[in-house]
Amino acid sequence: MTQVSSLEDRFLQIIDADEKIEPKDWMPEEYRKTLIRQISQHAHSEIVGMLPEGNWITRAPSLKRKLALLAKVQDEAGHGLYLYSACETLGIDRSTLLDQLHTGKAKYSSIFNYPTITWADMGAIGWLVDGAAIMNQVPLCRCSYGPYARAMVRVCKEESFHQRQGYEIMTVLCKGSEEQKVMAQDALNRWWWPSLMMFGPNDADSTHSELSMRWKIKRFSNDELRQRFVDMTVPQAELLGLTIPDKDLKYNEAKKGYDFGTINWDEFWEVVKGNGPCNEERLRARVEAHDKGQWVRDAAAAYARKQKEKSSLSKTA
Amino acid sequence: METNWPLYEVFIRSKNGLSHKHVGSLHAADAEMALENARDVYTRRNEGVSIWVVKAVDIKASDPADGDFLFEPASDKIYRHPTFYEVPDAVKHM
Repeated sequence: MTQVSSLEDRFLQIIDADEKIEPKDWMPEEYRKTLIRQISQHAHSEIVGMLPEGNWITRAPSLKRKLALLAKVQDEAGHGLYLYSACETLGIDRSTLLDQLHTGKAKYSSIFNYPTITWADMGAIGWLVDGAAIMNQVPLCRCSYGPYARAMVRVCKEESFHQRQGYEIMTVLCKGSEEQKVMAQDALNRWWWPSLMMFGPNDADSTHSELSMRWKIKRFSNDELRQRFVDMTVPQAELLGLTIPDKDLKYNEAKKGYDFGTINWDEFWEVVKGNGPCNEERLRARVEAHDKGQWVRDAAAAYARKQKEKSSLSKTA
Repeated sequence: METNWPLYEVFIRSKNGLSHKHVGSLHAADAEMALENARDVYTRRNEGVSIWVVKAVDIKASDPADGDFLFEPASDKIYRHPTFYEVPDAVKHM
């Protein structure tokens, strides 16, 4: 018992000194579990996040847009890989993580359970969803767990183009025909509230927050990050000539930030529970992609086995 | 002639938070000895907090002659960079 508490003291000293925990360092079981949950959810979000945008690759309006979208989706696959690898340093293996996703045991960001019905959704996702993701991810570069922090540095660096390409799509639509402007406004109307939900429940209702802050996994609370996102994004919408779909949105001089309306948390929890517009479709697509890839993995393993046999034969010859 | 012990590549983490970085190599009879010797040779002046040793034969390296076809394809994909996209100057935080 005293040994555990001295290990725990040492662990907290490292955290308090703003130093990093590395895979072989002692860590409380709860810290390990929290990180596995958070990093794997993050990885799953990158992987499932490819689906709504994949929907538009073949229908992008120009070669330039198609290349950008392909590059973005390709980045997301890579980000999923960095994150799964960081997660595996905590002693859980890849196939277990994938199983948790495919059986619905693990969650991914609820935002990806909304449909992408027009091209303007590609603009709104880049601008708002990636904008919100960046807001969440930049502080994670300073997360107390080394492998996660290092993965996030790579992710953030690569992600800087994602938001800009989205905003560029929006600027082009907003300078276009009346129909295009309507399409841009419609996309903002549908993506605004789900984007605010990306920061998670209000601080008072957030079950994992307190320990995560103590352990410096999280650096800012859900509500702090959400407020920053609103303050940053409202002027960007104004420059596009679009209206944020919130009648309660108002600049508050005293707090030097915007007051905004109440989030529909019933909708949030419904989507988390699996009843969003696309939950089933996303999971089905993911499982199908995995199952259909089985022959590729089998073939690769068979080829590697043969190569090994060949090289051991040539050694004995 | 006596055969060499296997060659091990040595990687040192200088402090928590940073990746292990390749620092050099040494010969050793096994991994345990490689670790001990790496500690004696490469961390005499507080260079690190963690050591990895990997048998050199287990490292698969790219061929420098393949450099062009491995890395050149990335150079014309300017759309992977943020500066490729036009965002008005008035837009902040992007």
